Amino acid sequence: MSFSLSRSIAGTARTRSFLAATSLRSAFSPSKSLPLSVRVLQGQQARFLSETARSAIDNAVKSSPVVLFMKGTPEFPQCGFSRATIQILSLQGVDPEKFAAFNVLEDDELRSGIKEYSNWPTIPQLYVNGEFIGGCDILIAMHQSGELSELLDEAKVLVLDEEAAKSEGAEEEAAKKSE
Amino acid sequence: MSEGVALAHLEDAIRTRLDAVHVEVVDMSGGCGQAFEVIIVSPIFSGKNRLMRHRLVNSALRDEIAQIHAFTQKDFTPEEWAKAQASS
Repeated sequence: MSFSLSRSIAGTARTRSFLAATSLRSAFSPSKSLPLSVRVLQGQQARFLSETARSAIDNAVKSSPVVLFMKGTPEFPQCGFSRATIQILSLQGVDPEKFAAFNVLEDDELRSGIKEYSNWPTIPQLYVNGEFIGGCDILIAMHQSGELSELLDEAKVLVLDEEAAKSEGAEEEAAKKSE
Repeated sequence: MSEGVALAHLEDAIRTRLDAVHVEVVDMSGGCGQAFEVIIVSPIFSGKNRLMRHRLVNSALRDEIAQIHAFTQKDFTPEEWAKAQASS
């Protein structure tokens, strides 16, 4: 039964404290936008995934603006790739209120289901605003090139410190006035 | 448990299935064939973004990746690879 999947996903606690380190948020420079992510392809493999499992994963993906499927929890990652991904998201300054992590080791159906759902063979997997972004290799490369901070900035999922929020608000108002 | 993949087999598969002109495969597992880091240089990557490249590799090596625990890839076009080599 795939019933257990939805229940356990729903029952998986969102872990938010990994962003204790958000003050380390790296500086980003808002510049030109890039179409970084490609819509998830849900081709032929979809038929192996039960409807119940698919809709449970759909709900998980939509449960927060930033969703990570990982091994272990943000506090206790159980795989080096998941650990590296958490470190990157933490460095980037993702807002804990906008983040949810799902531990695939708690649920075998989720562990195999997410691979089919995303058509991606490995864990971790990152979704931002419902779009599949990639796994650890991709996130490391995007982090190093600056693409990730652009993407997260545009998705409005970063913690803004108060000054940045104020000046951004002021800019927006100035922009409105000049229109 | 799966039995892993031979390094030579993986390298060969990358060359033939992805038209790679340069391949570097490092076995990170200490010999059990469960964890690999690969660099793939192929003209088929040109015009494709990172996610598309990874999907291409993942699907070409689907059976191999399914048998191993860890697979990490860096994909370059020949031009990008030449540039990366020149700058390092």
